[in-house]
Amino acid sequence: MHSFTVRIGPVGFRVGSAWPRPVAALEAIYAGYPGPRDGIADFTVRLEPERPWRRFVRPSVAIRGDFILPDAVPMALRHGFLAAEMGMNLQMALGQRRFLLLHASAVERDGRVLLMTGESGAGKSTLAALLGERGWRLMGDEFALVDPVSGLIHAFPRAVSLKNAAIAMLRAEASEDRFGPELDGTPKGTLRHLRPRADAVARMDEPAAPALLLFPRYGHDRAIRPMGEAEIFVRLTQASTNYVALGEAGHAALARLVKTVPTRAIDYPDSAAALAIVDMLWAEQAR
Amino acid sequence: MPLVRALADPPGTAALDGAGWTALITIARAEQLLGSLAYRLEGRPMPGAAAAILADARRSAEQQQVQALWEAEMARRALAPLGVPVVLLKGTAFAAAKLPPSIGRSIGDLDILVPRESLDAVEAALIAAGWKWVKDDAYTLHYYKQWMHELPPLIHRERDRMIDVHHTILPLTARPTPDAAALIADSVALESGLRILSPADIIVHAAVHLFADGDLAGGLRNLWDIDRLLRSSDAHAGFWSALAARAERHGVTAAVAHAARQANALYATPIPREWMKWSPFDAWSRRRLLARDGWGRARRPVTRLAFYARSHWLRMPPAMLARHLWIKARDRRG
Repeated sequence: MHSFTVRIGPVGFRVGSAWPRPVAALEAIYAGYPGPRDGIADFTVRLEPERPWRRFVRPSVAIRGDFILPDAVPMALRHGFLAAEMGMNLQMALGQRRFLLLHASAVERDGRVLLMTGESGAGKSTLAALLGERGWRLMGDEFALVDPVSGLIHAFPRAVSLKNAAIAMLRAEASEDRFGPELDGTPKGTLRHLRPRADAVARMDEPAAPALLLFPRYGHDRAIRPMGEAEIFVRLTQASTNYVALGEAGHAALARLVKTVPTRAIDYPDSAAALAIVDMLWAEQAR
Repeated sequence: MPLVRALADPPGTAALDGAGWTALITIARAEQLLGSLAYRLEGRPMPGAAAAILADARRSAEQQQVQALWEAEMARRALAPLGVPVVLLKGTAFAAAKLPPSIGRSIGDLDILVPRESLDAVEAALIAAGWKWVKDDAYTLHYYKQWMHELPPLIHRERDRMIDVHHTILPLTARPTPDAAALIADSVALESGLRILSPADIIVHAAVHLFADGDLAGGLRNLWDIDRLLRSSDAHAGFWSALAARAERHGVTAAVAHAARQANALYATPIPREWMKWSPFDAWSRRRLLARDGWGRARRPVTRLAFYARSHWLRMPPAMLARHLWIKARDRRG
C-alpha cells in the first residue's frame, strides 16, 4: 500500500493506494501542507483494484475507506488522483460530525467570510478561485465547515477542482507549478486541480465569522434577489450533507447562520459581472 | 488486534503512536465499534487529535440513539391499536432499557419481535403507517414468508429508516428451533409499553445471532454486546445456571457456550470454570472475527468465504440451498 497523509484545515487524511501514481500526484499538489495533527488521521481513504487482477489488467480504481458509497463506479487509473480527491470528499460528506458541512465555497477578507453555495455548475468554485487570486483568502471551494459552538467558518482549503473553461481562466491568474495534471474524459469533462496560494494554506487554522451568503447562478442576465429566511434555510439543508446526522446541534447552527448573515441570490452572465456584484454587495451588505 | 486489545485493556492505549491510533480508529469504525471505544477510553490521557475524534464519535452515538428511540416510538404508535406485544431487539432494546452495551453503540435498523400469528396484522399496520417493502419481487417475498424468521425488510417512506419484523430468532429452516412463544411470554415491559427480552434471552439472542446464524461479519460488535451483558449479569446469584437452562430450552446451548468462551478469550469476560471447554471451532471463528487490518480492510478471504458458506449451510438443508442459490444466480444474470 502506497501511503499519503495530509491535513486540510482541521481534518487529517490518510490515503492508501495500491498503485504509486495517485500518491505521487497527491504529494505534488499538496506540497507545503502539514501532516495530520499528532500523526492521527481523522479519515482513511483506500484506492484499491476493483477485483484483485484489476491491479494489473486494465487497472480499475475502486474508492473505499471509512465511509463508502456502495454503488460508486470504479475509475480508470489515469484518473486515480481524482479518485483520491473524491474519496476524501466522500469521507467528509458522510463522516464529518464536528462541523456542520455546507456544500459551499468560502473566501475571507478583513476577518469576515463570503460564502457561496449552489448546485454544481452555479460557479461557486470558479468564483472562489478567482477571488482567491485577487486579494481574498481562499478558505475552500467545496465545503464550508460551520462550527456549531462558535458559529465561525473553518477553512478546508483542498486543491480547487477546476472544470473545462474555468481552467484557462485560472491559468491566466496562477503560476503553472500550482496546477495538477490535466484529467480529460472525466464524468465532469476536463478537470485540473489548483493548489491554493501559500498564504491560504499557511492561515488555514484561522477561522472567521460569516458575513455574506450568496446563491450564485451562472448563465442568466444580471439580477440580485433578496431571499426569505425559510427559503434560505431549506436550500441550506439541501446543501448540507450532515444536517440530519448532527441533530439539534446542526439545526441550531444552521438557524443562527440564516438569522445573522445577509443573503442574496445572484444571477450572472459571466465571471466579470459576478465579481462586480460581489464587490458591490460586499461593500453594502457584509457586516 | 489493536481494537480488541484497546477494548479489553484501555490503559494499554498509552503506548500507541500516531500510526497506532490511526489504525485503531480505522478498525473501530470498520467494526462499528468507534462509539463504544470512545466511551471506553473517555477521560484517559491521549493525544489531542485522538481525543477530538473520539468526542465526535460519542456525540454521533448519542444522536444515533435519539434517532433509534424515535423510530421505536413511531413503530409503537403504528402498532399500539393492534394490542399485540412488541419486543425490541438488539441495539434499540439496549438503548431503550439503558443496558450496558448501549453505551456508545451504533444502531442501524429497528428490529422488533412480534407473535407469529400477528404478522399479517403488523405488516398491514406498518404499511398503512408509511413503511414499504425494500424489495418487492415475488421470490423475495415468498422466500421470507416461507422460510425466514422475519418479514422482508421494510423502509419508511419519509424517514428512510428500516424495520425488521421478526417472529422468532432463527430462520425456520435452521436446525435448532428456539421457543418463540417463551421469548415473548417472558419478555419484560418498559415504561413506554414496548418490551425487551428477559435478561437471559437477550444473551441467548445475541449469541444465536452471532454463532448460529450469520457469517460473523461485524461479529466483534456482537461479541462486545455479549461481554457487556455477561459482565453486568455475572454478579447475580444463579445467573449462569439460568442462562444454561434457557439456552437448552431454545436448543442453542453450543452457540451460547461458544459466545461466552469467545468473549472470555477476546475481551477477558469473566466466565465460570465449567464453561471453559474449548473446541477446535473456537480458534477458527476467532480467526474470522479478527480478520481486519490497520487500513480497515477485510483480510483472510478464504476464512471469510468459509463462514459465508457456513451461514447458508446453517440456514438451509442442502437441496433447498441449491435451489436458492440457483434462483439467485439466475436472477443476477438476467
